[in-house]
Amino acid sequence: MVREINLNEMMHGTELIKRGFAAMQKGGVIMDVTNAQQAAIAEEAGAVAVMALERVPADIRAQGGVSRMSNPRIIREIIETVTIPVMAKVRIGHLVEAQILQAIGVDMIDESEVLTPADPFNHVWKHDFKVPFVCGARNLGEALRRIYEGAAMIRTKGEAGTGNVVEAVRHRRMIVGEIRECMNKDEVELMQFARKIEAPFELVREVARRGRLPVVDFAAGGIATPADAALMMQLGNDGVFVGSGIFKSGDPEQRAKAIVEAVLHYDNPARLAEISAGLGEPMVGIDIDTIPEKERLQERGW
Amino acid sequence: MIVGVVAVQGAVSEHVSSLKRAMSGMGISGEVILVRGGDDVRKADALVIPGGESTTISKLLVRFGIRDAILERAARDDLPIMGTCAGMVLLSKDAGVQAKRTGTVLLELMDLAVDRNAFGRQRESFETELAVKGFDSPVHAVFIRAPAGTVARGDCEALATFDGKIVLARQGRRMAVAFHPELTDDTRIHEMFLKMV
Repeated sequence: MVREINLNEMMHGTELIKRGFAAMQKGGVIMDVTNAQQAAIAEEAGAVAVMALERVPADIRAQGGVSRMSNPRIIREIIETVTIPVMAKVRIGHLVEAQILQAIGVDMIDESEVLTPADPFNHVWKHDFKVPFVCGARNLGEALRRIYEGAAMIRTKGEAGTGNVVEAVRHRRMIVGEIRECMNKDEVELMQFARKIEAPFELVREVARRGRLPVVDFAAGGIATPADAALMMQLGNDGVFVGSGIFKSGDPEQRAKAIVEAVLHYDNPARLAEISAGLGEPMVGIDIDTIPEKERLQERGW
Repeated sequence: MIVGVVAVQGAVSEHVSSLKRAMSGMGISGEVILVRGGDDVRKADALVIPGGESTTISKLLVRFGIRDAILERAARDDLPIMGTCAGMVLLSKDAGVQAKRTGTVLLELMDLAVDRNAFGRQRESFETELAVKGFDSPVHAVFIRAPAGTVARGDCEALATFDGKIVLARQGRRMAVAFHPELTDDTRIHEMFLKMV
């Protein structure tokens, strides 16, 4: 059947529009902010988008308690302050927080392990929403399960709020390694592989054919320095999220700007040396081995 | 022919692949290069400014010397330029109060006034079939937090409108596109641009 062409028909919230939005973020830095003033600093430094949350991960880690979606009033203030896209976090499985963020006009929702999970069994069925979602992943199976649920963008989970990049690198290495593994398999072996990593077969086959995830793929969790950001770009990520690393450092303006430049010049060590000099104190880092397993944010979600 | 794609941020690889497909379809031999500094602009025979975040891209164009190199070539009028989405905003002469407030530095190379995010936020982003002047069938157009032209002056001509807003404009060898031809398989918009080179 030939589809009738209607010149006035507008289709909203399609997969192409969601993934297209994510594509516009590529090569960029998305910065965690807790208020409009920080959002303005992030925009001025060259962030492609800001991520609104109640407390940065380092404070969540230090203070404990249940961590939830930000106050909608603060998110509105941020939306009114900056012209770049505004993203915000919801708890894993909290579809009502997600509905609220969509109603406010947030441009992308992060269903995030950094907040306290709301559903012990399920993630949000993201196809029900018009706004795109980004989700964290530690390996290929987890990434593909999120994409199947409707995520338009994937990021490494890393270990947020530690200022320690090792877990982001671990997750990136896991994903890349498993993608390479797929590429060497025939169809029958891919079926077995899909079963092993608990991912939908069709998506595994798409990854094998394209040699990458079918959506934009950022790094997140523990990125604190320009060199960390450049490292993730050299490992093949499309861009980076920086959480506590900026507003927990000595000079947020300078550090924000430096990380933006490092993402652009990630393959130019001489430029990176200039960018990294004279930045003041980075945030104090935490050795992952000193964090008990049940307190690791990356263990949230499946 | 060397076509440069400004590669500071945004949908760069998508444009590279659309341009390559358009060039091979038209039988043009040449290469597509990534423009990350002023020297790259000097090498190019044509330039694409992709979609991304215009506030971000404009700051980076200045910081990396790309803006000066583009203006130098534009003054001699020897560089065809196509800007999509954020690129349309940057080519315009006036992008409203939002651009002023955020210190977005425009290239001001087309007699076009634009409204940033003319259709709304991401929630309002849309796909539609779009009639384009000179094309025998509509283009499937993807609008993402898209800008639109409000007024075209002088030699600047509107080639497509949607909801009364200008979404494709041409002035001499410069083109402003509000939507994202690089996100679909249709290469007619890229071909239209390559014919100007």
